[in-house]
Amino acid sequence: MNLPVTSFLLYLDGVSVAFDGFRAINSLALTILPGEMRAIIGPNGAGKTTMMDIITGKTRPDTGDVLFNGSVDLTRLDEAAIANLGIGRKFQKPTVFDMHTVEDNLRLALKADRRVFRTLFWKDSESEREKINRILATIRLEHLRDASAANLSHGQKQWLEIGMLLAQDPKLLLVDEPVAGMTDAETEATAHLLKEIAKDHSVIVVEHDMAFVRELGVKVTVLHEGSVLAEGPLDTVSADPRVIEVYLGR
Amino acid sequence: MITSAILARLDLRGRLFLGAILAALILVPVLNLVVPAGSPLHVPTWLVSLLGKYLCYAILALALDLVWGYCGILSLGHGAFFALGGYAMGMYLMRQIGTRGVYGHPVLPDFMVFLNWKELPWFWYGFDMFPFALLMVFLAPGILAFVFGWFAFRSRVTGVYLSIITQALTYALMLAFFRNDMGFGGNNGLTDFKDIVGFPVQAQGTRVALFALTLIALAGSYILARAIVTSKAGKVLVAIRDAESRTRFLGFRVERYKLFVFTLSAMMAGLAGALYVPQVGIINPSEFAPGNSIEVVIWVAVGGRGTLVGAAIGAVLVNFAKTTFTTGALAPYWLFALGALFVLTTLYMPKGVIGTYAEWREKRRERASLAAHAASKPAE
Repeated sequence: MNLPVTSFLLYLDGVSVAFDGFRAINSLALTILPGEMRAIIGPNGAGKTTMMDIITGKTRPDTGDVLFNGSVDLTRLDEAAIANLGIGRKFQKPTVFDMHTVEDNLRLALKADRRVFRTLFWKDSESEREKINRILATIRLEHLRDASAANLSHGQKQWLEIGMLLAQDPKLLLVDEPVAGMTDAETEATAHLLKEIAKDHSVIVVEHDMAFVRELGVKVTVLHEGSVLAEGPLDTVSADPRVIEVYLGR
Repeated sequence: MITSAILARLDLRGRLFLGAILAALILVPVLNLVVPAGSPLHVPTWLVSLLGKYLCYAILALALDLVWGYCGILSLGHGAFFALGGYAMGMYLMRQIGTRGVYGHPVLPDFMVFLNWKELPWFWYGFDMFPFALLMVFLAPGILAFVFGWFAFRSRVTGVYLSIITQALTYALMLAFFRNDMGFGGNNGLTDFKDIVGFPVQAQGTRVALFALTLIALAGSYILARAIVTSKAGKVLVAIRDAESRTRFLGFRVERYKLFVFTLSAMMAGLAGALYVPQVGIINPSEFAPGNSIEVVIWVAVGGRGTLVGAAIGAVLVNFAKTTFTTGALAPYWLFALGALFVLTTLYMPKGVIGTYAEWREKRRERASLAAHAASKPAE
């Protein structure tokens, strides 16, 4: 293997992928340091979700390197293997397990042996219950522990999904539009929650909502037509004439 | 200790179900063997075998509910696993005939003598021993399901495509088993059985014993299925059913869970088939008919998908209706009735008999508690 070994937690270089001739990602380069929180913005069709699909193993890039933790080649692994390496993902549309209770949703996500026979003979343990309690407190859903996830409000589902990410205890969290469809109060609470999480995890947040990105106050990467257009603090980036052109149209 | 561990996994519905099985286990043999034939309470032996047949179908329905109701794998080929288990048992029963066959050959079953075969094909070796045959009852459907599932689930074949290839599987097996040179009796299948582990198959005592064994197998299958669906693995299965790709992103190997439950379910279906054959007295390739597998889906849907107990009840109810229908003047209309039953269940009782009943009881309880609440607070 002559792959480069880096000190970055996540390292993408020269990544391209095309769907039926359409280049969704075009020689994309992106690096995330351990412990870093990064916001990714970009107009519709900029390739944000495709980028997440590549990192989590749903889509294989045509070319390029995707390295995790310095040297693990993510392009060779499938979704489950990547999840077990420590990359968690929250989807744009909240996807929780509707038929399960809030507690069971967290229990399924909780970092544990995922093999069939281990889960078959799984037994409830004190430490596991404690972890679930802590997460329930963080996402403020303690009172809904036994409620079926189907009965949660949109915002509560988003939080439950963030809670499931926490339960997975990944090294890197990919969060896709966490505040889409939330009220202002919920958005603020979510920003607070993500900042809390970023204290001991690396996080990539994809978001449209500029006010929310400002609230996070982190380094911003602007994607456009599948590659990086600009990178830096939000104020610098939003003053960049190319970024303005992309956002306001030609 | 084991009993209490089992009971802890059961809800009220499960306890009632096992209670009913226990009651039948005592009552039916007593009413058949002890109560004299003239008494109105006497259960004739033919009825015992008929009930036994229903119970075999109930095990098959339970097996399907485990994969369809809990993991969302709509198998339209479970009849194939049932038939394979049946053939394994049939092969054992054929070898027990010995010299009592029409041609009196000590080793070869009649159909092989008729086809002018000189020696036993290799795959018939060992079937003269009951333990080997019993092993094959589980292994034959289990291995087929494992190999089939390995390729299907790894390639992420899901939904209607999976259903279609399971239909193709059972259809292909039917065509294969119809061929005389397959060595399974072709068109006529396997029949004319004499003994099972030394007891005459037709005898009243044997029939009652087979019925009782089927009941025990049903209870055992239920307890096993219930243990699985209430474990954490069972929650993973439901998660796969409702949001497969999400489950994968949580790090679960979806294909392995599917493979596990599919293989186990196929073995359960095989057991059902093995109990079915001595009670019905014949196994032939028509058991592989695609329509049979679809009927199983109807039983589960009518009884209540994802409830286990409902699947078993649905199988008994629909087959009871089938027997009643097809022995009377209405016989030509049975398939229409079955089709209508499926459509009506899907439209008006999507949760099946059990699910609808549970919903109705829940509503009544809510209304009662509301009424009690209103009564305790006098109007202001």
